[in-house]
Amino acid sequence: MIEFVMNHLLSVMTFTPLVGIVLIYAIPGTGAKPNVVRGIATVVTGIPLVLGFVLWRGFDPAITGLQFEEHTVWIRTFNIEYFMAVDGISISMVLLTVLISFIACLASFGVEKSVRGFFAMFLLLETGMIGVFCALDFFLFYVFWELMLLPMYFLIGIWGGPRKEYAAIKFFLYTLFGSVLMLLAMIALYYNSRPTTLVDGTPAAHTFNFIKLMAENDFSGAGPILGIAFPKIIFAALFIGFSIKIPMFPFHTWLPDAHVEAPTPISVILAGILLKMGVYGILRVNFTILPEATVWAAPAIAVFGVINMVYGAFVCMAQKDLKKLIAYSSISHMGFCLLAMAAFTDQGISGCVLQMWNHGIISPMLFLIAGVIYDRAHHREIERFGGLAQSMPEYSALTGLAFMASLGLPGLAGFISEALCFLGAFPVFRALTIFSAIAVIITAAYYLWTMQRMFLGKLNEKYAEMKPVTWRERFTLYPLAVIIVILGFYPMPVLDLINPTLFWLVGTIRAAM
Amino acid sequence: MVPSDFGKLMPELVLVVAAALIIVADVASARRRTGLYSSIAVAGLLLSAWLSVRLGPDRPQLLLGNMAALDAFSVFFMPVFAGASLLAVLFSLKSSELTKERHAEYLALVMVFTAGMMFVAAASSLVMLYLSMEMIGICAYALTAFNPGHPRSSEAGLKYAIFGAVASGIMLFGISIFYGLTGALDYPEIRRAIPSLATANGPQAALLVVAVVFITGGFAYKIAAVPFHAWCPDAYEGAPTPFAALMSVAPKAAGFAALTRFLYTVLSNAHSGGNFEPAFDVPWPAILGIVAVLTMTLGNLSAITQSNLKRMLAYSSIAHAGYMLMGVVALSREGASALCAYVVIYLIMNMGAFLAVLAVSEAAGGEEISHWRGMGERLPLVGVAMTVFLFSLTGLPPFAGFVGKFYLFAAVVSRGGFWYWVLAVAGILNSVVSLYYYARIVRAIYLEEPASNEPLTIHSSQRVLLYALAAATILLGIYWTPLSELVARAASFV
Repeated sequence: MIEFVMNHLLSVMTFTPLVGIVLIYAIPGTGAKPNVVRGIATVVTGIPLVLGFVLWRGFDPAITGLQFEEHTVWIRTFNIEYFMAVDGISISMVLLTVLISFIACLASFGVEKSVRGFFAMFLLLETGMIGVFCALDFFLFYVFWELMLLPMYFLIGIWGGPRKEYAAIKFFLYTLFGSVLMLLAMIALYYNSRPTTLVDGTPAAHTFNFIKLMAENDFSGAGPILGIAFPKIIFAALFIGFSIKIPMFPFHTWLPDAHVEAPTPISVILAGILLKMGVYGILRVNFTILPEATVWAAPAIAVFGVINMVYGAFVCMAQKDLKKLIAYSSISHMGFCLLAMAAFTDQGISGCVLQMWNHGIISPMLFLIAGVIYDRAHHREIERFGGLAQSMPEYSALTGLAFMASLGLPGLAGFISEALCFLGAFPVFRALTIFSAIAVIITAAYYLWTMQRMFLGKLNEKYAEMKPVTWRERFTLYPLAVIIVILGFYPMPVLDLINPTLFWLVGTIRAAM
Repeated sequence: MVPSDFGKLMPELVLVVAAALIIVADVASARRRTGLYSSIAVAGLLLSAWLSVRLGPDRPQLLLGNMAALDAFSVFFMPVFAGASLLAVLFSLKSSELTKERHAEYLALVMVFTAGMMFVAAASSLVMLYLSMEMIGICAYALTAFNPGHPRSSEAGLKYAIFGAVASGIMLFGISIFYGLTGALDYPEIRRAIPSLATANGPQAALLVVAVVFITGGFAYKIAAVPFHAWCPDAYEGAPTPFAALMSVAPKAAGFAALTRFLYTVLSNAHSGGNFEPAFDVPWPAILGIVAVLTMTLGNLSAITQSNLKRMLAYSSIAHAGYMLMGVVALSREGASALCAYVVIYLIMNMGAFLAVLAVSEAAGGEEISHWRGMGERLPLVGVAMTVFLFSLTGLPPFAGFVGKFYLFAAVVSRGGFWYWVLAVAGILNSVVSLYYYARIVRAIYLEEPASNEPLTIHSSQRVLLYALAAATILLGIYWTPLSELVARAASFV
């Protein structure tokens, strides 16, 4: 049993939540006992978390290749393989996924409406997310990628806020548009790949295998598509597909709607994990398979990154709804990743991935915080609060910590990754980097201003008697707070994990320059 | 004609015998024994499917003096048609739209209809093609008008018949030109005559184009491609739902099979690597590509505004015909196998969707989207099954519809070239548009409150079929190696 789990660690992590769905519906009487459903969901999101710890301890960061590999032929006619493995690019995201999923599961205990359905969709979403980060066959990756769309649509559409239907279909249409472009690019890469062999040794005319697409092909000789050079148009199609998920300006408009309408735990997942898939996809597919086109597109990526940073920050200034503010701040913070990855420097690339990880910890905390106040006041309008520090001191302190972490206060996690991003980007894009520093100032401004309006000043009498932070909320908030503080002083646990592979990746890109 | 050929026509003959048996049984007894008639029909279809699988020829052969082809391609489609008709017969068991008095006639017509489709897929002569198309056409007109309780049914049947008459007239005209030009009606001889015609000076080359256009028009009517699609929504809405389900899949598949055979074996030259090129200097692949784009776009855009589910599914089936045309236009073995794969997958998911509409319209009293409100609570598993069918029709993994789309896009992309890419991009954008209207139904099922909370029930036979089709839709989406081997063999016919 243990041997089987260790040999199929990633598959077990990925599909345990699916087993949970079966259990939720197979055990009789769960419909009337929501606590049983919550218990099952906690266990089946807890198992991947524990296994994630095993994965972390068992992972050797010094190896830049694949680890925990599972590899077998799936559909022979199209040379599709079931190929799961982790390397330095993906392991941090797998760990983030299992952690944030577990916390979001705890945060979902407040959901009262059709509990079985909610957790079934939630668990399906988790399977899709872990699968995306582990899949190394493009077809498998695509299946997991799309698998996330359905549960997300229902989670926003059924359990969301007043405009949930609009937000859900908008999310769905935007991301589907991105993924169908990815589908065409995937097929084009397949048909232009060189003959190779499958894992069982049988010859294959083409391949979906990411590693083989990278190592055995360069695609520079492939014929142009619609009059544009093959690597460039494929890069663009993939990049648009991924950047909708980030979301990058001008494809970002689904995000504020989705966040505002989504229930708290789903916002946590959305900000903590789903946004990272865009950047991960660019690193995993665009960077490794099309290095020349990546070099070609780098200035554009950097410019879009800076637009994201500055535009997102300015829009935050104008927000009245706390959740919308956090949503736009996510757009701003993901811009750092784009700017940093485009520089192809060691600091830049590790800043990019560290920023993903840190944002994946900080923004879930921010959304949980917004959820706490919404559960009590039933609105999130910043202006209508005031002096909350007097009625909710613990909550105010946690919010302060999360805000400071997000605006990049030294000593907290966000600072290190933002500093690395700037350090990495500056030698390559001097003017852009200096200009983008505006974003940091605006970020500080809107967070401090929000802090002031909500927590300081005269106490709004309506909110004089607020329920203090409950234990369930503490279970979700404090782990994130602790990670933020620890990584703020000592980010090496994450950096050690990712750096060797990322430096190797950047090296291959620089070799293509 | 060789008498021994009849042994190889057993799948069709069994169906005709079954039709005759049903009619005789109906006439012989004063009581309406629908159970008996249905058993005969089911037995006939199963036997026919089994015989057609057993026929599986080692090498392609022409029967009845070059009239019908018995090859991997036609043998692939025979069990598909039998399966679709089997589902339609099972759907009709508990359908209130079909009166008991006329159930035997309905079943007999479905049998003949199925035999007709098998002949269409096998036709390798223009006469055979025309006759078998008429065979399914006449059965279809009658079956569409088979629901006297529905105010639209007779109107639908009449519209369908008028459109059909015009289209078959056009096709017949094309056939007569072909005959005039080549002096032949069967495909191999026409094929032999084409090179000299295409290079001849004078009106022959132009006449050849006219003939091709007219014949293609007849096909376009059968597959409901633009601009011959207008009959489709009215016919589906008026027809009894079990037959509408069958009509949305099987005759289209037959039309596609015949079109593929005609284009690939008569109008194209085979190249190495499984690709084909037009045998003469007319850009008919491009024209068909434009038709494909127009068909899918028009189907999808029109479906958006529909509130009646059968009409919406009719427009969606027009859109899917557009997708399937991509497989034909790809002009390659991969394209033909993509078409075959899509036919099977589309059969499962679309008939599933029709069955769900049938079951819910009988339980909730109508087939408008509003009748589906809150169905996720009132009939939870039916809601799940319908959601599976709809997302599969959209082409999302892990459902079978994605596999079908993947096949089609793979076939188009592997051809490469500017226009193929335009076609692929148009197809991909259409998939996104289609999500919008399929999701409207899903929204009604889960996101909207039910009109009332009375518990609903559906017949257990429909329930079982519905779950089986939904399970097949999911399974084929996850593991489709068996299907891929079948379609690869089917596409090896040329």
